[in-house]
Amino acid sequence: MDFFDILTSAAFWAAAIRIASPLIFATLGELICERAGVLNLGIEGIMVAGAFAGWIAVYMGLPLWGGVAVAFLTGMGFGLLHGTLSVPFGLSQHVVGIGLTLLATSLTFYTYRVVLPEVSSPPKIEAFQPFEIPLLSDIPLLGPALFSQTPLTYAAFIMAALVAFVLYRTPLGLAVRAAGESPSAVAAQGLSVTAIRMGAVIVGSGFMAVGGAFLTLSAFDSFFFDMVNGRGWICIALVVFGAWKPGKAVLGAILFAAFDALQIRLQQTTIGAVVPYQLFLMMPYLLSILALVLMSRRAEVPAALMVPFNKGER
Amino acid sequence: MRLEPIPDPSLARKLLPPALAILGSFLVASLLALIAGGNPLAVFGAIVKGAVGSKFALLETLNRATPLIFTGLAVAVAFRAKLWNIGAEAQLYAGAVVTAVLGTGLLPWPPALLLPVLALVAMLAGALLLLGPALLKTRLGVDEVVTTLLLNYIFLLFVSYLLEGPLKDPMGMGWPKSARLLAEARLPRIVDGLRLHWGFALALISAVALWVINTRTTLGFEMRAVGQNAEAARFAGMPVTRIMLKTALLSGGLAALAGFSEVSGLKGSLTLDLSPGYGYTGIVVAMLALLHPLGVVAAALFVAAIFVGADAMSRALGVPSYIADIMLASALLMMVLAILLTKFRVVRD
Repeated sequence: MDFFDILTSAAFWAAAIRIASPLIFATLGELICERAGVLNLGIEGIMVAGAFAGWIAVYMGLPLWGGVAVAFLTGMGFGLLHGTLSVPFGLSQHVVGIGLTLLATSLTFYTYRVVLPEVSSPPKIEAFQPFEIPLLSDIPLLGPALFSQTPLTYAAFIMAALVAFVLYRTPLGLAVRAAGESPSAVAAQGLSVTAIRMGAVIVGSGFMAVGGAFLTLSAFDSFFFDMVNGRGWICIALVVFGAWKPGKAVLGAILFAAFDALQIRLQQTTIGAVVPYQLFLMMPYLLSILALVLMSRRAEVPAALMVPFNKGER
Repeated sequence: MRLEPIPDPSLARKLLPPALAILGSFLVASLLALIAGGNPLAVFGAIVKGAVGSKFALLETLNRATPLIFTGLAVAVAFRAKLWNIGAEAQLYAGAVVTAVLGTGLLPWPPALLLPVLALVAMLAGALLLLGPALLKTRLGVDEVVTTLLLNYIFLLFVSYLLEGPLKDPMGMGWPKSARLLAEARLPRIVDGLRLHWGFALALISAVALWVINTRTTLGFEMRAVGQNAEAARFAGMPVTRIMLKTALLSGGLAALAGFSEVSGLKGSLTLDLSPGYGYTGIVVAMLALLHPLGVVAAALFVAAIFVGADAMSRALGVPSYIADIMLASALLMMVLAILLTKFRVVRD
């Protein structure tokens, strides 16, 4: 199979969309936080916690969408903690975020060991199955790539449209964006910057957790310790790459996922026989750094990102 | 609510919040122990006993503290200048790779010459690894948190490649590990018969050296000025970019010493599980130490004791040893809040 064959196969693009889905959820979550002015470095740990919480809830008998809801609530819980420390108390968002990632990750692993003390390999659940959308899935190439995915993938794209709509077309979205650009103007309007930012961090963290849950409920059917494997950090790069805009961030996630799907396939070609597989596995991380470098000059960073707001201080 | 600075905090104001933070993390751990069906007092007892209850346990704790002192110092020096180096894990492995490459026969020198060269070249490797993200930050404004984090994954894959390729031990029965170091490249034990190597002493020396740099040199003063207010430092005529880069070199070098010390002092060869996240734990160590170099030594000993103790406790009582990680992460979060509350009071409006 050569390069051209890969890029024109429906299976390849279906894989790219599948790989993009968890990134879309988590990138949107991070984007919401950052548009309100809060860098959420808890993302990696929240994804781990969400992956586990959703999976264990389904394993214990909840329906799949119940698992998604549990993951969302778990993420919101960690978001509440992050928000409390970083918004009203204005603590360093770097330190709080890294601390939260450590906390969420270790809490998850601890709970796993307590709930499943004597398992050598984690049990499997009945994961989301692909759902072929009638008519649309019959379109050549596009049909199998876009419209034969699992419901959670469709949810990711619906979510993206919804986030874009709320951010740009509603007063709430305006308030969120203003909290990240000019918090004192928000306060002058009689709105609470603290409440807006807290809300954004809590909801955003919920999305991150759903991104994690996609891995256990849709992409795979089980939970492994290193399954998130830096995806949270990649999503932070994707927010920058997408210039803090939902549409561009989604495109960035798909582009990125396409490269990831490509490197998996290239490993099985003649190139893969020569080049060490570790180089392929490095690609997502190298691409993320490259994306950050490329966007560095053009990025329109929210002006008040990482700037705590203390009312009464001018 | 809003925060109001306290002009002249009382002694109680300075001590109470941090004390409550430490108490709080013990409460969290107690709750978790109860959930896992363990008696909290028995769990803490087993942790203390496992950490310092015997000569073997105590030496194990000192050995575990050694890399944590190095990575803690690396993070402390960087964070003090507001250079967010989260890449100590990769820099540690950079030092370890250099030690494994040069110490397995490439340089057939006597120990008095070989060991200092290994340490210096290891430091250089770690320093260069952080120089990249630091340059991206100072030149292009690329956030170093994300680049250093991503480099951790990239470098670990690189080490994995080395251990399955060029550095693979031909006598290793197929395991991905490097050949054993020459005897000349091994850090000797401090006292014959006691399992504690000179890496620990080197860690203590590094802590004192960093303390001297921080308090007695221009660079130390400049690094603090940049950390407190980069704009003001620039206005005062300080070369902020150069200071940032120097900080990065120092930080990366210190983290790399952890890798040198683990390979040359403790393990004798390079494997992919050389560090169980010492680079990340270094962040907790540095924060608990309030970024003070001598405090790092105390914090590293405390953190190492909890880890070693939790391993022993887990074997004896069956409560998962991840309880140690949770305790430390919650201590970190509660401590940063506590430090804030020593200087500010919360006012309702």
